[in-house]
Amino acid sequence: MFQIRVHGRGGQGVVTATEMLSVAAFEEGRHAQAFPSFGSERTGAPVVAFCRIDDKEIRLREPIMEPDALIIQDPTLLHQIDVFAGLKQDGYVLLNTHHSFETLGLSDILKERKAERFCTLPATELGLKHVGRPIPNVPLIAGFAALSGTIKLESVIKAINEKFSGKVAEGNIAAATESYYLVKEKIKGGAHA
Amino acid sequence: MLKQTEGSKAVAEAIALCRPEVICAYPISPQTHIVEALGEMVKSGELMPCEFINVESEFAAMSVAIGASAAGARSYTATASQGLLFMVEAVYNASGLGLPIVMTVANRAIGAPINIWNDHSDSLSQRDSGWMQLFAETNQEAVDLHIQAFRLAEELSMPIMVCMDGFILTHAFERVDIPSQEQVDAYLPPFDPRQVLDPAEPVSIGAMVGPEAFMEVKYLAHAKQMQALELIPQLSAEFKKVFGRDSGGLVRTYCADDAETMIVAMGSVLGTIKDTVDEMRAEGHKIGVLGIVSYRPFPLAEVRAALMNCKRFIVLEKSLAVGMGGIVATDVRMAVTGTGLKGFTAIAGLGGRPIPKASLHKLFRQAEKEELPPVTFLDLDWDAVNKQLERERQNRHSGPIAENILHDKGIVSAKFG
Repeated sequence: MFQIRVHGRGGQGVVTATEMLSVAAFEEGRHAQAFPSFGSERTGAPVVAFCRIDDKEIRLREPIMEPDALIIQDPTLLHQIDVFAGLKQDGYVLLNTHHSFETLGLSDILKERKAERFCTLPATELGLKHVGRPIPNVPLIAGFAALSGTIKLESVIKAINEKFSGKVAEGNIAAATESYYLVKEKIKGGAHA
Repeated sequence: MLKQTEGSKAVAEAIALCRPEVICAYPISPQTHIVEALGEMVKSGELMPCEFINVESEFAAMSVAIGASAAGARSYTATASQGLLFMVEAVYNASGLGLPIVMTVANRAIGAPINIWNDHSDSLSQRDSGWMQLFAETNQEAVDLHIQAFRLAEELSMPIMVCMDGFILTHAFERVDIPSQEQVDAYLPPFDPRQVLDPAEPVSIGAMVGPEAFMEVKYLAHAKQMQALELIPQLSAEFKKVFGRDSGGLVRTYCADDAETMIVAMGSVLGTIKDTVDEMRAEGHKIGVLGIVSYRPFPLAEVRAALMNCKRFIVLEKSLAVGMGGIVATDVRMAVTGTGLKGFTAIAGLGGRPIPKASLHKLFRQAEKEELPPVTFLDLDWDAVNKQLERERQNRHSGPIAENILHDKGIVSAKFG
């Protein structure tokens, strides 16, 4: 079972991100379970949502406390809550920022872990560029697909087409595609830039 | 059609396939997505003929459902928590009048303290209301139980609550096989009411009944639930023939054949329990599970049969009878009267407290060794409890408990200055 935890703020599409991840996994014939952290949603408040992916039925209903991957939609959360709590030693981290992990003061975490599994993506900018809104969720799940290899880009695109239509779908597909290849490039460079 | 969808959306689609004629509901988390989706279907014409009635409260929702059902319309509503409590007077009337309304309860805790998260306090507070109550383990089962519920309710002319864990199921995206309209039509005939308000053949429904007949009317409500004990397995078997999957029934067991320790529970936590049991089985523990689908009527004989061969059982329940202990556990112990079986109760998951596998491992191992007190509160923060108890000993004016505990835990500062 592969477990993903998404951190963000109310209004950033955190819950939608996990739902779309689960749809993408489903499109590949896999079992997936997405669920929010059940808070009273408020714009700007920290929000957590979860997604499990497996090849068999998922029965487990506990929150994800030891994720295989973290998607962090808002770097300002790093100073507010322990987003890395429980992350598996060889876990993946995709962070929405145009800065590097080092400039954000996260060098220590990189030293302790598999740095090649840490990646940043300017997802808010990519959302703005392609969709016209500063919503980072779709770029991030596409970037996550590239970083972890857990799901394919075409599955993410299928999930986008299920969720959106017309121009919004087109914009999101463009954002997802650019994000996917951007992360692929970064991984090729071997680094966590 | 197999799809990846939200539990609430899946239930809304299942309800629509049951061709309800009147839907009336008042929004309350975590039920809202269900009736929102149904409202959209009625508005777009996808669900017709059906009237969606906006009401001003839950009391009105149930009252409208009563009127609609008495007029011969297949009627549906949904609620949770305080919403259910607010409609209670009408809830008892619906069952007392024998009206086959189907209601989803998206199980949520009851305040105070106000809490929107999941436990089973709301529907269990209505255990004696005369409504049948079925508990879903997964979103697939929630879909299937709703389809069976209309059949069951209308066969017996009695209302039924389909209970699904709020947020944990209602807001979870998982794969669900939504049946076709043909399948549902083959299983669920049009509503043919036993009693109906019809201007052409006037009757009254809701007579005042004195001591000369009240007990008989009440006994008949009980007798109907006893009939349901026979009907529920039949409807589940028939469901399997049409839809090809096991769903519903009175109880379900897992790894129970040679189990020395049995875990009894209801709802979505059964999934986490089964995963825990698999891991313990792999280590050689003789442990099994009894899931109760039908809480009302309570299947005493089936529960007894399922527990007869174990040595001990633990009822893990998301509800608390304050001043007593377990609510479900009381019924389970009634079922095993005279067997000498050792029974434990674990109160867990109140107000949305997560029930992690790690805590279950510990609890089940203690149960195996019979090292538990009669009632255990899973993952209770004893430091926080004891601190407040000490505060109350020290200070006559110790203040509001919820605010004190939150303050101690540093979650919010409820105190000023």
